[in-house]
Amino acid sequence: MDKVKEIFKKYTMVLVLILVIIAFTIGTRGRMLLPANINNLIAQNAYVFVLATGMLLCILTGGNIDLSVGSVVCFVGAVGGSMMVNAKLPIWLAMIAMIAVGLAIGAWQGFWIAYMKIPPFITTLAGMLVFRGLANVILNGLTLAPMPASYLNLFNSYIPDFFHVEGFNVTCMLFGVIVAVVSSVLSIRGRAVKISKGYTVESFSSMIVRLVIIDLAILAFVFKLSQYKGIPVVLLWVAVVIIIYNYITSKTTIGRHFYAVGGNEKAAALSGVDTKKVYFTAYINMAFLAAIAGMITIARLNSANPTAGTNYEMDAIGSCFIGGASAYGGIGTVPGVIVGAILMGVINLGMNIMGVDANYQKVVKGLVLLAAVIFDIVSKKKKA
Amino acid sequence: MEYPRLSLDRRLFILSTTLLELKNITKTFPGVKALDNVNLKVEDGEIHALVGENGAGKSTLMKVLSGIHPYGTYKGEIIYDGERCKFTKITDSEKKGIVIIHQELALIPYLSIGENMFLGNERGKKYAIDWDETFNLADKYLKQVGLKESSKTLVKDIGVGKMQLVEIAKALAKNARLLILDEPTSSLNESESRALLNLLLEFKKKGMTSIIISHKLNEISYVADQITIIRDGQTIETLNKATDDISEARIIKGMVGRDLTDRFPKREAHEIGDIMMEVKNWNVYHPIFLEKKVIDNVSFNVRRGEVLGIAGLMGAGRTELSMSIFGKSYGTQISGKIKINGKEVHLNNVKEAIAHGLAYVTEDRKGNGLILPNAIKMNISLSNLAEVSNKQGVIDVDKEHQVAKGYKKELKIKCPTVEQNVGNLSGGNQQKVLLAKWMFAKPDILILDEPTRGIDVGAKYEIYCIINQLVEMGKSVILISSELPEVLGMADRIYVMDEGRIVGELDAASASQESIMECIVASHKNKGGK
Repeated sequence: MDKVKEIFKKYTMVLVLILVIIAFTIGTRGRMLLPANINNLIAQNAYVFVLATGMLLCILTGGNIDLSVGSVVCFVGAVGGSMMVNAKLPIWLAMIAMIAVGLAIGAWQGFWIAYMKIPPFITTLAGMLVFRGLANVILNGLTLAPMPASYLNLFNSYIPDFFHVEGFNVTCMLFGVIVAVVSSVLSIRGRAVKISKGYTVESFSSMIVRLVIIDLAILAFVFKLSQYKGIPVVLLWVAVVIIIYNYITSKTTIGRHFYAVGGNEKAAALSGVDTKKVYFTAYINMAFLAAIAGMITIARLNSANPTAGTNYEMDAIGSCFIGGASAYGGIGTVPGVIVGAILMGVINLGMNIMGVDANYQKVVKGLVLLAAVIFDIVSKKKKA
Repeated sequence: MEYPRLSLDRRLFILSTTLLELKNITKTFPGVKALDNVNLKVEDGEIHALVGENGAGKSTLMKVLSGIHPYGTYKGEIIYDGERCKFTKITDSEKKGIVIIHQELALIPYLSIGENMFLGNERGKKYAIDWDETFNLADKYLKQVGLKESSKTLVKDIGVGKMQLVEIAKALAKNARLLILDEPTSSLNESESRALLNLLLEFKKKGMTSIIISHKLNEISYVADQITIIRDGQTIETLNKATDDISEARIIKGMVGRDLTDRFPKREAHEIGDIMMEVKNWNVYHPIFLEKKVIDNVSFNVRRGEVLGIAGLMGAGRTELSMSIFGKSYGTQISGKIKINGKEVHLNNVKEAIAHGLAYVTEDRKGNGLILPNAIKMNISLSNLAEVSNKQGVIDVDKEHQVAKGYKKELKIKCPTVEQNVGNLSGGNQQKVLLAKWMFAKPDILILDEPTRGIDVGAKYEIYCIINQLVEMGKSVILISSELPEVLGMADRIYVMDEGRIVGELDAASASQESIMECIVASHKNKGGK
């Protein structure tokens, strides 16, 4: 019984996600799970995954958020758009410029936050206004379109199918099978290595159950994508970001420092952690990922426009808290945040398909966010 | 004890003027019995002093009295003004005129004196505060405590000494009949302290009753009519100014007289080597009040394989001294020299301090020692992550787990797994995790700041054993403790600190609690003479 409780506690949000998916599948009479909609879930929410990953690092440092990311997405998009559309500069140059602008913004905000102790809320609120304004100045208040086709290909296209079967993308399916097999093999081998070194491991049966569930999810997912156009390229971008950041947060010393600073800044400082550097890293990294999100956004919209990125910060912050990050810092994982982002995406998509009024959609999203944080705080109180 | 000498009538008279009586108060915290059958009797219109070592239970007793620890969480009864009281919150006791002034001043810096004084006790109607009345009354009470400031002055603009007076004025505004002051002079200088004590004597003439908790025994001799001594959560004795000897020496004897045998594990005979670290002419100033010197020209040394005790009262500057040495983690305008193994070193940040073999186990394990929401293993590895990770900064999570498991076994940390959050452990086990963390940093010199505060006797013994192991391995341990028996039982050599200075160096073999206290008293006297 305790074990069931423990599993339930550990995977609460995953279970909620499954329930929500089932509810919407029923509510939309199955349309929710149409291949095109699964594809849309990725394409529409790619920017959320990227931003939420960055936001997690900020939140880990002590519940600090970055309000400027929506404006930074817009500003970076405006810079890239005007370079590619107006100045007809090469795509690679524009992309490097976008990254550089992102890093510069991050260094600017990170400096004030980390070294001058300006509260992040204030610094990034200022950034929200400044970069939205600058984006409008660059764009002259107009929309720049269309983006060069070769640029769009980098984000909006699909991995080509090498097998040419009518109505089914074999490459995509094969790719999914390979991912499932490789991840399973790595897990099993990792366990064997641990055993050989005499370390404690999870029980074999629980690992098998876990792997089977994960593999089935991967296969079902790629099966749906195969019935549509295959693997969207943007999924690869997102996957790379997620994998890298999951690795950093769970396996590296710099990642560990984020948890330490957020858990107890004074104790971290007295343990030799450079707390200022941690803050600086969090915000420069956030702006870097906002630049990536900016690239994705102008490709998806096929334009750079002055209102792009509006409320993106809220999507990212919401995903983090729904995904189990603590509003006080020090707690949260990349996989958790991704589950949170998917949950938000599913709710959006489901309500869209059902034709729920846009205003009510906001109400629902707001309540979901509040519920998640209430859950976090109440469950912590019970422990104490 | 004195009653038999009095006639029956006289006795009744005395009984009828008892304002407060605490009977058989027992209060337990998880794992610790903080108060054990405490009895206290306070006469109407007297100044009653409560003395005892840190952790003896004085503050807990006052929290019971004022309702901070509500009725039902302790055993025993409170009889105030002839009435049995069941306070469940602080306002209950305040309604009866019992007002407590805490050691940490509870004033809000960016509000005016007047606003602070009537906070929670606002004048006027519930939805319309009468500011004129507020400031008018505030000025009246300020005059009573001898403050000339306007009640509209912001609290941040007055000094600490005056803040203490504002606290007293605030208490007066609540119609205090029994004033409880917890270490009221700990942050005041000599003349400010004297002014405050004189104020108390003046109030006494007007019929106010006060209970004063203080470490400064000369002050207690000066103001108190009766002195109750508490030790280990028990009342030891009550001394009366009129009938008993209340010299400092007499009070000290009551405070410290306890059995020392078998509370400390025997250390295997081992050699005490050369000087490991030497600190010379160390000066540190307060980080906010820049002109205030916190550490005043301190020089000391610690040898290889030695337990060096630093004794002193709370606020003597021991924590500030060690933190300023540990990579300048405290204070400004730090000057002086540190030599480790004969070589002068500059420790500008914590990283450098760790790299030179220093470790500082903080006094406040929850506040700035441990990262409570993180797992045990993450806490243990934090100050030496390099040891469990490769050059690129990738952590070997399995190795980390093994390291933590090793310490769990070695230090007998009671926990199901090392993946558990530190926040869920008991105080003693948290302290062991903190020790493990710094042992893993592989230091040569460990500074342990109050390593046994708030943990039970059994866990204390285990921590003493760990200290012994460390010095037997040839490491140096600097043990900072407010518990004199602990310093005497564990240290090879003892420095006594007071008000930021080292006022005595004693060999542990010949030192006694009295001789340590005498160092402190003597330094106070010297200061007073200047």
